[in-house]
Amino acid sequence: MFAEFGYGILVVAFLVALYSVVAAIYGATNKSASLVESARRAMLLTFPLISIAAASLIYLLVNDHYEVSFVYEVTSRSMPTYLKITAWWGGQAGSLVFWSFLLSAFASAVTLRKWERDIEFLPWVIVVCSVTLIFFLGLVIFYENPFTRFWLVGGNVEPHMFAPLNATLFTAQDGQGLNPLLRHPGMVIHPPMLYLGFVSYVIPYAFAMAALITGRTDDRWIRLTRRWSLWAWLFLSFGLVLGGRWAYDVLGWGGYWGWDPVEIAAFMPWLTGTAFLHSVMIQEKRGLLKHWNMILVILTYSLVIFGTFLTRSGVLSSVHAFANSPIGPLFMGFVSLSLIVSIALVIWRWPDLQSETEMKSMLSREALFLLNNLLFMSILVVCFWGVIFPLASELFTGQKITVGPPFYERATAPLFSALLFLMAVAPLSAWGHSTVQTLGRAMWKSAVAASIVTVILFFTYTSKIGALIGFFLVTLILFVTFQEFWRGARARQKVQGENFFTALSRLMGRNRRRYGGYIIHISMALMAIGILGIEIFQTSTQGLLAQGEELEIAGYTVKYRELASWDDAGKGVNFTRATVDIYENGIYLGELNPRIDYYFDSQQNMTIPGNRSTFRDDLYILLVDWQPVSNMGATFKIYVNPLVNWLWIGSLLFLVGIIFAAWPDHDPAEEPVRNVRRVGQSSAAD
Amino acid sequence: MQINKFFLGGALILAAVVYLIFSSTQASAEYFMTVDEVKAEGTAAIGKSLRLSGAVLGDSIQYDPETLTLTFDVAHVSGNNAEIEAQGGLALVLYQAVNDPSRQRVTVIYVGPKPDLLRGEAQAIMTGKLGEDGIFYADELLLKCPTKYEQAVPEQASSN
Repeated sequence: MFAEFGYGILVVAFLVALYSVVAAIYGATNKSASLVESARRAMLLTFPLISIAAASLIYLLVNDHYEVSFVYEVTSRSMPTYLKITAWWGGQAGSLVFWSFLLSAFASAVTLRKWERDIEFLPWVIVVCSVTLIFFLGLVIFYENPFTRFWLVGGNVEPHMFAPLNATLFTAQDGQGLNPLLRHPGMVIHPPMLYLGFVSYVIPYAFAMAALITGRTDDRWIRLTRRWSLWAWLFLSFGLVLGGRWAYDVLGWGGYWGWDPVEIAAFMPWLTGTAFLHSVMIQEKRGLLKHWNMILVILTYSLVIFGTFLTRSGVLSSVHAFANSPIGPLFMGFVSLSLIVSIALVIWRWPDLQSETEMKSMLSREALFLLNNLLFMSILVVCFWGVIFPLASELFTGQKITVGPPFYERATAPLFSALLFLMAVAPLSAWGHSTVQTLGRAMWKSAVAASIVTVILFFTYTSKIGALIGFFLVTLILFVTFQEFWRGARARQKVQGENFFTALSRLMGRNRRRYGGYIIHISMALMAIGILGIEIFQTSTQGLLAQGEELEIAGYTVKYRELASWDDAGKGVNFTRATVDIYENGIYLGELNPRIDYYFDSQQNMTIPGNRSTFRDDLYILLVDWQPVSNMGATFKIYVNPLVNWLWIGSLLFLVGIIFAAWPDHDPAEEPVRNVRRVGQSSAAD
Repeated sequence: MQINKFFLGGALILAAVVYLIFSSTQASAEYFMTVDEVKAEGTAAIGKSLRLSGAVLGDSIQYDPETLTLTFDVAHVSGNNAEIEAQGGLALVLYQAVNDPSRQRVTVIYVGPKPDLLRGEAQAIMTGKLGEDGIFYADELLLKCPTKYEQAVPEQASSN
């Protein structure tokens, strides 16, 4: 009942979206405002429709309708209700519905805004959003239907949407259940965050296409979607960080990022999105790089679809991948088609996208931003190469060759270092023109301070050259950025006669994007500290301990006290929990409880580390194995991950920075347009 | 003059990135191989960085918690996803591989915590090197259990 209903509603939404495309194109080409308005209403209608279909799916999930194959695959009776709801995006078909749901929500939100000045964009924004929506709804309706049910046909169970001849409905006793690895709060919100980020990027892309089609190729489209791209970036970044945290907490390998193809698939649109975030500022301030911004937003959109494709097609071997499915070629087709059409539009409008001025100085702010973009694109190329290398090598040599994490680490480390260095230099350079002398004058104090810190670290902490370079760059960013806060606030204090903190908060409030950006730079420096710590200084040990025995690592003593094992029938889990006492230099610090959860329904273990986290390091203990009979011995793997906490602290500050920059205060579209003749102004004035 | 300066800079960056990519690729290339291919190469495969995939034989799994040494055998399965699909899906292919004594097999040794997903009929994807003793020494071990990810039709018996 609910299955047919939900499916029917999806079909209606599909048709409504089709109508909105046709009406919008026809309305735009024939200058019919009423047809465009009709297209807009059709677009708005898709949201309640898909919501109803999603509600039907959730109803089926929550109420154990195991005649529906999707419900059977992703839920089981022992799962709590909230996990049954979030199982919506726990499998392929459901997550495609989730994608469509978010897209229709965002497209509706954007079509509801006031359009007076930009009414010519409206039909084309609707076209782009609806075409994307049609693609995803089409996948759901024709290939990956979450409402498919089981039917008994001549003694066999077969999945079909509608009853075949002489078939009776078949209801399974219980479902397979969600993979226990995914039953974690981080995993519950990690996919929707990534999807929110993915889908948000459709909106800037839609406006960019509208600008190309209508020929309004000034930076209006950028101003209109500035906030969308910031929020998109926020969600995507948050999704990536959550994924890392989940891996650290649940996967039990002492790491947070494995350069898995699917991680990279989510990372690639982040790279172009970050480059875009920076390069739009050059267009706004200086009227440069208009072609480039178009290409970046097109690339980001394509990578978003490509990323969804990689995670959903099974084309690459990855722990994340769902099964092989027929939708892979369709994704590739859609990505290729949208890429070709978009690039064709850019080429068509190429003469209209000329720069309004010329880039002169190699050290000007815009030149450094361009360099930043090139570095992000280089990292993207490295990632893309790594992901397609196995496919390409098989195609050209017949031998499938793959590259692992060492490839990415080796190839990206110099590029990330260069980015860190730029982060320290670029905020000090001026738009239009800078020289080595002006930059040197602004930077020398910070450079001296960072050098002193590095020398101290050399004598007290490490002599590893890679680590020292990293720490130098990080401290340089911190000093430069704090100096910028200080300088700005002091300048305002003198002019306005306010006290320092009032001056600082007003200064930041008036220049949200600039100071939000600086907060993000600081957070990046903190995250870099964490990454340097775990990548360079991680140590580990392992051993079989009898009760009362100890292991030593990096000044810590880990003493095995006891082990308990019990069943929780309600949750369908067996818990085995070890208790170990932690000492540092003989001083008792407390106990940790690494454990292994065994899920009966999926016959799978989940290893939960015991972790003691401080600013200095994490003591990360895994229970590997135990002797069930004697209950005497247990095997532990212990990691000490120095400084890794700064990665998570940095991530939190990062969110603060983006929210600060993106917080709605006034309509950015109302800001005065740029004056291109103001060349060589001081950097504090923008 | 201005343009030249920027093009020179761009060309330098491009050259650096190309160098980074090629040197890193060479340094960390791993050859994707199936059990059959490893056996066919014989001694030529020894010492190369390999990424080997195979079906885990459940009975062969041994774990020594003292040394964290994990030993198991894998049987040959196709390395090609499309081929696996054509043969009836990953779950079926793994099942057949494990139950077919004529398939080529390789013993694998891995030191570290026993992965949660390791069990019979899982697909193991291992990175490491083939030793002169014919044993595959894995540094990294990825496992895929088709039942966890792939659509399956429920057993009919469960309806009663």
